[in-house]
Amino acid sequence: MRVAEELKKSALVSIWFMFLTFPIMVIRVNTIYNTVEWRWLNMALVGGGSFFLSMLWRFMIRRKERGKKKAEIKDGVQLTLIQRLMQNRRVTLSGIVLAAIFAMIYPFVFSMYQTSIMITALIYVMCGLGLNIVIGLAGLLDLGYVAFYAVGAYSYALLNYHFGISFWMALPVGAALGFMFGVLLGFPVLRLRGDYLAIVTLGFGEIIRLVLENWNEFSHGPSGIANIPRPSFFGYDLSLQQVTIWIYFIMIGLVIFTIFVVGRLQNSRLGRAWVALREDEIACQAMGIDKTRTKLSAFALGATWAGMAGVMFAAKTTFINPASFTIWESVIILCVVVLGGMGSIVGVILGAMVLILLPEYLRAFSEYRMLLFGAVLVLMMVFRPGGIITNVRRTYRFKGKATTDGSSA
Amino acid sequence: MAAAHNFGKDVLEVRSLSMDFGGLRALDKLDLSVRQGEIVALIGPNGAGKTTFFNCITGLHAPTEGEMLIHPPNQGKTQRLNGLKPNRVTERGLARTFQNIRLFPNMTVLENVMIGRHCRMSAGIPGAIFRPRSTREEENQVVDDSYAMLEKIGIEQFVNELAMNLPYGAQRRLEIARAMATDPFILLLDEPAAGMNPQETRRLDELILRLREQEKISILLIEHDMKMVMSLSDRIYVVDYGKKIAEGSPEEIKRNPAVIKAYLGEEIDA
Amino acid sequence: MDYFLELFLGGLTRGSIYALIALGYTMVYGIIELINFAHGEIYMIGAFTALIVAGVLTLMGWNEIAILVIASIVAVIYSSAYGFTIEKIAYKPIRKAPRLSALISAIGMSMFLQNYVLLAQTSDFLPFPSLIPQFEFLEPYAHIIRPSELVIYTVTASVMVALTIMIKFTSIGKAMRATSQDKTMAALVGIDVDRVISVTFIVGSATAAIGGVLIASHIGQINFYIGFIAGIKAFVAAVLGGIGSIPGAVLGALVLGWTESFFTGYVSSDYEDVFAFVFLVFILIFRPAGILGRSEAEKV
Ligand SMILES: Nc1ncnc2c1ncn2[C@@H]1O[C@H](COP(=O)(O)OP(=O)(O)OP(=O)(O)O)[C@@H](O)[C@H]1O
Ligand SMILES: [Mg+2]
Repeated sequence: MRVAEELKKSALVSIWFMFLTFPIMVIRVNTIYNTVEWRWLNMALVGGGSFFLSMLWRFMIRRKERGKKKAEIKDGVQLTLIQRLMQNRRVTLSGIVLAAIFAMIYPFVFSMYQTSIMITALIYVMCGLGLNIVIGLAGLLDLGYVAFYAVGAYSYALLNYHFGISFWMALPVGAALGFMFGVLLGFPVLRLRGDYLAIVTLGFGEIIRLVLENWNEFSHGPSGIANIPRPSFFGYDLSLQQVTIWIYFIMIGLVIFTIFVVGRLQNSRLGRAWVALREDEIACQAMGIDKTRTKLSAFALGATWAGMAGVMFAAKTTFINPASFTIWESVIILCVVVLGGMGSIVGVILGAMVLILLPEYLRAFSEYRMLLFGAVLVLMMVFRPGGIITNVRRTYRFKGKATTDGSSA
Repeated sequence: MAAAHNFGKDVLEVRSLSMDFGGLRALDKLDLSVRQGEIVALIGPNGAGKTTFFNCITGLHAPTEGEMLIHPPNQGKTQRLNGLKPNRVTERGLARTFQNIRLFPNMTVLENVMIGRHCRMSAGIPGAIFRPRSTREEENQVVDDSYAMLEKIGIEQFVNELAMNLPYGAQRRLEIARAMATDPFILLLDEPAAGMNPQETRRLDELILRLREQEKISILLIEHDMKMVMSLSDRIYVVDYGKKIAEGSPEEIKRNPAVIKAYLGEEIDA
Repeated sequence: MDYFLELFLGGLTRGSIYALIALGYTMVYGIIELINFAHGEIYMIGAFTALIVAGVLTLMGWNEIAILVIASIVAVIYSSAYGFTIEKIAYKPIRKAPRLSALISAIGMSMFLQNYVLLAQTSDFLPFPSLIPQFEFLEPYAHIIRPSELVIYTVTASVMVALTIMIKFTSIGKAMRATSQDKTMAALVGIDVDRVISVTFIVGSATAAIGGVLIASHIGQINFYIGFIAGIKAFVAAVLGGIGSIPGAVLGALVLGWTESFFTGYVSSDYEDVFAFVFLVFILIFRPAGILGRSEAEKV
């Protein structure tokens, strides 16, 4: 009987969605040539697709609710398989070694094209880890993150254009400018409540982009800046292939640096304060934490990484224009963080790899990339708000009474 | 027992404190003081303005008028609390708990207490990244201190649990531990026994008395449990509609006709 | 003087459209405290549906007024259906989750719908048939006011009146007000909160669709991206007026419409969109409660 019931429900959902998508999926009017195209196949696809998806949806919702009850009964932290594996030192260590070997040989095994895609993915890893400080740790939804990325990219492009400064000079400058802009933009807005903060940062992001687009004398307008030099290699001339590999290794270095710094920040006095601020702002202030300063530090540190990543981006593509810095770029980075797991470093890395590499390798996907990103955001929030890898709080061991080794598990 | 104590001078002094929410006067020219080592209770019917009083002195609300002064027991320099941000108030030595528990639910019990130590630590961004010796030592010290605090409050068995998974009574205690971790000289407790069973309440009584003895702090307590209030307090303030209607020892309060009228129907003799 | 009048009426037109969209934001926010990011997309879908229906009917040789009426009705029905469905999928399952989750979900939904229309239809601008007839009595004033503008004013005003009556006097309107005050209490006194939320989404989407049809026939072209900017601006209007307040949304929308119109008319049109964002940033920083909103201290 249950089965019949379920089938009926799904059938209704499927009819509803066929109705809902009918004008947009089925009919295509060309108002210039006055022709209409009827795409009945799409209707069948929607009907069938929504039938199964609604089954799956209800199954997942039920599973989630059951999971919640179980957690209440067991009254403890449940670790998933991945989390348990990650807590095992041997597994973690061999994982790291494998990843390191893979990273080292990657550009020599795969083609230049693939190396170049990997560089893009690594840039997203960096941005994701930076945004993770802001969203994952401090719980501030920053939708204008890409503005700082633009700051980095444009600072390299313009400083190079006008003064000829090199990539290696630009990298710290981009980071510093990112930090500065973070403080500057963050200061007025961080008093705002969560959702208003999101909108205002979105506003700032768009303002910066629109200014870049309209202020021709400064930014060369929509046509952008071309011929940005790639990173130099101790004065040697490199072929395009060599320089790609070189950029790849610079990126690996930067990502390792980022992981190191973010990891340390996470386990520090400041990192704890960020998380506490995310959990309960009022209690946090009442415990003696300066809300504004703590938020500002998260915002600005996040922006620093965006600035550095922006310099990298300019150096990799050698051409930038405002079109690369739309709000949707911010949303993609948000997607990386959300999919991977807010607050979890490994999660963010995985998230970036999945979201950036998959659409590149599965060509059929790439057209649907943005559609899928949108769906990922919704589905993750509904079914797995913690992300693929939910962050586990650090635990401390106490041998006997009040003695510690303070080691993390 | 109240008479047996010999209290020091005032550590908290509030003069003529008023607070308006739009047209509503939640506090009306309230005077209140707490002396060194004293346990003072602030009681009154629901909506009397007790929590609002806490919110004003801890900097969460800006009072409409009035003066709030502290005289820290050791340094002795008098300071005004008016206009200070909540974190500054805490730094100066006032710590509070909340009526509706406000822990950091997804952090562990130990981390909750470590947050309390935050304002007594100094490491900044460079410290976090380079982790010099001083930062490492500070971190270890905080872990030790926090664990010791958990033991003092009696919830060390939960050390690595997430705060949200704690039983209710333990959550209340954790709030106290977290507040105590900030090294206050006055502890403000907002209905610490709410929702506890009689046995838990009794253990809480002991804890409060012990904290006063061992930590040499003063305590300002909001509580509806009259039995607890009468047995613990040295002095009681009664407020109704934001106004002070009585002040005195438990014995005096029990006999006060104004109090009996305000509490009409509620039992106050314990 | 004529130029001023032109700008004034232009601002009124913009303002009216912003108001129609802002209503949806403000109503939803009033009830579930969520910035429904996908609301701009609902408006865009309304415009697209109208375009498709009008296109098909035109080819079948129907008369213009009939096309206008049918296309508008279908657009309203479809937008409402989308609004209803979106709430069920993206917001209802996480009503108890932190506010950040719902907001992220809303952003995802917005991105999904934009790309859905982009993929199913086209990324190009499509010319929108001019369905609004020429009124003879307007001819002498043709240089300052267009027929479509007159229609926009009247329709917007009627929608406002209808909405006010609904909220003030009908039982569902009362239930909506009660729910926005206190969801738990409303549920306790027997109000079906789920239904109220659904109705809110439906009504908000319907007004957005009306806005979509009107602006599309006024401007004469649409694409999948029109919802985003219009949505942001309507949101600015809602915040400016005091989010959660319905008269506030209308007031905010008109103020924004006029300021934009005069700014682009007298100062510079290069930075038209920047202007809206700067406006947004300033209001949120200096008066987050808006013109009619009341700032509240959080209860502890
Ligand atoms: N942030 C606020 N905004 C508006 N009014 C408030 C606010 N906080 C408290 N009030 C009002 O002030 C009055 C006093 O409230 P308060 O919370 O201080 O009472 P209380 O004595 O703590 O009561 P209880 O015993 O129920 O905790 C109440 O009428 C309450 O509604
Ligand atoms: Mg209270």
